[in-house]
Amino acid sequence: MARAVSTQKKVMWTALAWAFGLLLFFPILWTFLTSFKSEATAIADPPVWFFFDWTLENYTAVQERSNYPLALTNSIIIAVGSTLLGILIAVPAAWAMAFVPGKRTKDVLLWMLSTKMLPAVGVLYPLVLLAKWLGVLDSRILLIVVLMLINLPIIVWMLYTYFREIPGEILEAARMDGASLRNEIIYVLTPMAVPGIASTILLNIILAWNEAFWTILLTTVDAAPLTKFIASYSSPEGLFYAKLSAASMLAIAPILVMGWFSQKQLVRGLTFGAVK
Amino acid sequence: MGRITLEKVQKKFGDVEVIPPLDLEIDDGEFVVFVGPSGCGKSTLLRLIAGLEDVSAGEIRIDGQPATDKPPAKRGLAMVFQSYALYPHMSVRKNIAFPMKMAGMDQEEQDRRIAKAAQALNLTDYLDRRPGQLSGGQRQRVAIGRAIVREPAAFLFDEPLSNLDAALRVGMRLEISELHNTLETTMIYVTHDQVEAMTMADKIVVLRAGVIEQVGSPLELYREPRNVFVAGFIGSPKMNLITGPSAGQHGAQTIGIRPEHLDVVPSGGTFTGTVGVAEHLGSDTFFHVHVDGLEEPMTVRADGEVSLHHGDTIHLEPQPDKIHRFDADGLRMA
Repeated sequence: MARAVSTQKKVMWTALAWAFGLLLFFPILWTFLTSFKSEATAIADPPVWFFFDWTLENYTAVQERSNYPLALTNSIIIAVGSTLLGILIAVPAAWAMAFVPGKRTKDVLLWMLSTKMLPAVGVLYPLVLLAKWLGVLDSRILLIVVLMLINLPIIVWMLYTYFREIPGEILEAARMDGASLRNEIIYVLTPMAVPGIASTILLNIILAWNEAFWTILLTTVDAAPLTKFIASYSSPEGLFYAKLSAASMLAIAPILVMGWFSQKQLVRGLTFGAVK
Repeated sequence: MGRITLEKVQKKFGDVEVIPPLDLEIDDGEFVVFVGPSGCGKSTLLRLIAGLEDVSAGEIRIDGQPATDKPPAKRGLAMVFQSYALYPHMSVRKNIAFPMKMAGMDQEEQDRRIAKAAQALNLTDYLDRRPGQLSGGQRQRVAIGRAIVREPAAFLFDEPLSNLDAALRVGMRLEISELHNTLETTMIYVTHDQVEAMTMADKIVVLRAGVIEQVGSPLELYREPRNVFVAGFIGSPKMNLITGPSAGQHGAQTIGIRPEHLDVVPSGGTFTGTVGVAEHLGSDTFFHVHVDGLEEPMTVRADGEVSLHHGDTIHLEPQPDKIHRFDADGLRMA
């Protein structure tokens, strides 16, 4: 039964929700506005809102000072690469755990998640030494592997919950209907698993894109992604808010656009398959 | 052809023996019902025949051919699941076509069979819908359609009606029976509902804890239950099972009298008691009678017109040739 809600209440809740949404959106809006201000206007007190001389000079300056295309390329390669590598490893793992669970499957899952509780900085030193020894510091491949390892527990968990939603009887029905293992995978399993895999990929690309601890610490120039690109503007020469904002906008724009177009899948991903 | 033979078939899960070695013969065209309380191994037995579970020991033959090691796809059997197990991403048409597609049948033949099945099952108007847009009864029909189009050696039904409401269940029961009459294909049907078993089966297999208690036609089981378990399980309402002196008089450990074999007499009678609950069904009335000296109330079927009420005294006389006698081991006595 639908609950009866008075119009007054509806208006109140709508306003409240909007206020809360705008509050969350405010930092992005402020960054956006600041990126079009001159450095002087950016630090003006009281702050200037919309009525200032809009300028693109920050964007030009940022482009001149640093290599945005390289950082963007690095971000894309690292985020997509680590996600796909993770999927490649996680699909069989999640598959086995969902469809042929053993006695210790639940324990393994919890153990994997527990690794996320380890403070990252705890393994920083060994990792840097190892990377140095292997000669892969400041390389994309290092970041792909490290970010993959960091996000692997989440990828496995997400896929596991999606696979668990696929009823075993449907797979058995396919077997009874004469489907070979190959046909079972192509015609029944994959179509049912694809939405889940897609959501997992999307969410993990975003997680990898935004990862700012390892990406900043393990790169210098060659493999530096957009996170490093932003960080370089909170620089020793003092803070340049307008330029920092322009750099930030350039860094988050691609992922914002992607997120906007895949909202539905993302929400599904974020709820870990709980919503059918 | 769909003759299925089980020889010393055994199933263990780890150390637990779910089905001790068991023999069973299912003839071509027979409608066999596996019935028993939940956990009796009836579904496991069906899944062993389907090939969805591996036997721990023993031999399964289909039409004389060894099938024990064949995967389900190669056994030529079709199965209807309790949850229907339709492919949610496919239309009804594609669901029904799936087994034919897997068999590599040509498109024209596929279309012909889909049209025929859809008509027989009243699905013609729904062929382009997804399973999610159908009611429970319609989904069940799609599952049956998917099973019949490939003309299998035998159909396996795993409690197919238990997700439907009561009225729909009776209708589907008739449809499946009619389907069996038309197709004349072997059907193996698993249920915990003895009414389904009685109404549909040519042959009932009563299972308890993985052991076959009795195999026979519905009326054989009704008339001559081999032991106390079958006597109590088959028939609705349940047979009255009485132990103690009343049974001793007949030289048995337990005697069984069906509710319909107890006559209500004006006075005297073997049993005298008071009416507890009276269930008036119109055609019949069932009285639950508390008889002195018996722990369980007895159930009596009387004519719909008999008017006795809660607390009334009632005299009962069993029909002498309808008393079942069982010995100390619970087995039927001659």
